[in-house]
Amino acid sequence: MIELRHISKSFKVARRASGLASAFKALFSREYATVQALDDISFTIQPGEIVGYIGPNGAGKSTTIKIMCGILVPDSGECRIMGCTPWQDRASYVRHIGVLFGQRTQLWWDVPVMDSFEMLRDIYRVPRQEYRRSLEQLTETLELDGLLRTPVRQLSLGQRMRCEIAASLLHNPDILFLDEPTIGLDAMSKQAVRQFIRTINRERGVTVILTTHDMQDIEALADRIIMIGKGRLLVDGKLSELRSRFGSHKTITIDYRAPRSRTTAVRMMPELPGTQVLSMDEERAILLVDTERTNLSEVLGAVSSHLEVVDVSITGQPIEEIVLSLYKEHEL
Amino acid sequence: MRLLCCYLSILFRSQMQYRTSFWLLATGQFFLPFTTLAGIWFLFDRFGSIRGWEFPEVAICFAVIHMAFAISECFARGFDTFSSLVVSGEFDRLLVRPRSTILQVLGSRFEFTRIGRLAQSLIVLIWAIAHASIDWTLLKGCTLVLMILSGTIIFAGIFILSATMCFWTVQGLEVANILTDGGKELAQYPLQIYERWVVRFFTFIIPFGCVNYLPLQYLLGRTDGHGLLYALTPLGGLVFFIPCLFIWRIGVRHYRSTGS
Repeated sequence: MIELRHISKSFKVARRASGLASAFKALFSREYATVQALDDISFTIQPGEIVGYIGPNGAGKSTTIKIMCGILVPDSGECRIMGCTPWQDRASYVRHIGVLFGQRTQLWWDVPVMDSFEMLRDIYRVPRQEYRRSLEQLTETLELDGLLRTPVRQLSLGQRMRCEIAASLLHNPDILFLDEPTIGLDAMSKQAVRQFIRTINRERGVTVILTTHDMQDIEALADRIIMIGKGRLLVDGKLSELRSRFGSHKTITIDYRAPRSRTTAVRMMPELPGTQVLSMDEERAILLVDTERTNLSEVLGAVSSHLEVVDVSITGQPIEEIVLSLYKEHEL
Repeated sequence: MRLLCCYLSILFRSQMQYRTSFWLLATGQFFLPFTTLAGIWFLFDRFGSIRGWEFPEVAICFAVIHMAFAISECFARGFDTFSSLVVSGEFDRLLVRPRSTILQVLGSRFEFTRIGRLAQSLIVLIWAIAHASIDWTLLKGCTLVLMILSGTIIFAGIFILSATMCFWTVQGLEVANILTDGGKELAQYPLQIYERWVVRFFTFIIPFGCVNYLPLQYLLGRTDGHGLLYALTPLGGLVFFIPCLFIWRIGVRHYRSTGS
């Protein structure tokens, strides 16, 4: 369905030192640096999958999405999506995809949401009946009833995002690209958005490619994650596999009475094999422990012999930290 | 075409959200060209005529060019402000929609306040037609309409050209204003009064001459024999427009292969 093979892409970026003098100099001659945005990326995605596409800022996520949407042309490599090469058959291809950029709106700002939807219907040439059916369904599942008559600029971010999602699905796309769909939303709205993405995936069989920095999104939605960093593909696998690979890790949060200074606290932290200090301040430390190498009670014992422990909580490792340790592993 | 009407209607409804500002701007646009017109009038008041052109004749020229400019600013505003579309990344959005980019950029913005300028030049045109000594025929009427349409297309073409530059520079280039505003200022007089090279440039490169003094010669019955040829010169605007579209396509292709 979606197949990327050896996709590479580099950008030329103008480079100059700061300051007025060099800004002036840059008017006449410029130095360019080539940034390798994507380096030999290959993956295949089957219909009906939800894939979490993650990586730190500047890793090349958006570039990949833009290539898959036909906005950018890669320097080399092949990309076949539903039998099309996105940047060659743009007009016929984009009919089959829905794209949502979480940071930008696709609705017309000053008119009621309904008007924007009708405009999109005309742009995508959606037949009236099909449009009515899909609008009804979307209104119901996203609870848009009260919103459709309101001008977009008066909606809250959460309400707007629900409308945005509806807007990118009006033409019944087979693939949905979501670029940070939950950015800036409150917990409730995030829930609603995730719930909905799951629903359309299950009921309409829409393939979803999702980029996000919110690992809870990934945890709630994705069966599979693809991670890139510095333009290279680092991890491609089932979430469950990742979990079992890092499952032996536990996170211990320890609250203690403040020692005289931060440095003493640092000195007092025991150095045990397989134990890693994730964060630490005067009253709280968060440790990551590999239980295959060190026993939990051993760590707790060591800590409490040095510090006056107030409270301890132990959790299995959330996906957030799995990803974080993956970033560290690949030195991102 | 239907889609363009949809765009028109949705943007008109948006504009109507800000009624006061709309009326203020439209009024401003109505009065603005009067200052220029007054300048021309004073000139004629002092010198009587310029190279054999009378004031009402120049007023026709003035009205035609300003109408064309108003209409094209109203409709092709999307191209005029295209750099903001590129900078904000809105252009990406247009690219993931299954319609032509020209149509979508056109539809991204209309400047309805130009109705004020349009109204003003219409009044001037009516006045000028009443005072110029022209024997009207059907063909002359057609030529006049053609002049306005063709002028609109020429301005739109320049807007598209300057927008295309954004694919390489990202920021809008004020250079193009030499051609739009400059062209407008120049072409509100019959081009004949200028130096030869200016006339040549604005006839063969950017064909303002084709909507300006060439057909005007015909309207005034000053052609010697080749009347029909003069009557049809406004079609030159189309000839200018087609390469503009072509260059635009090259620009779009370039954008997709570099920008982020």
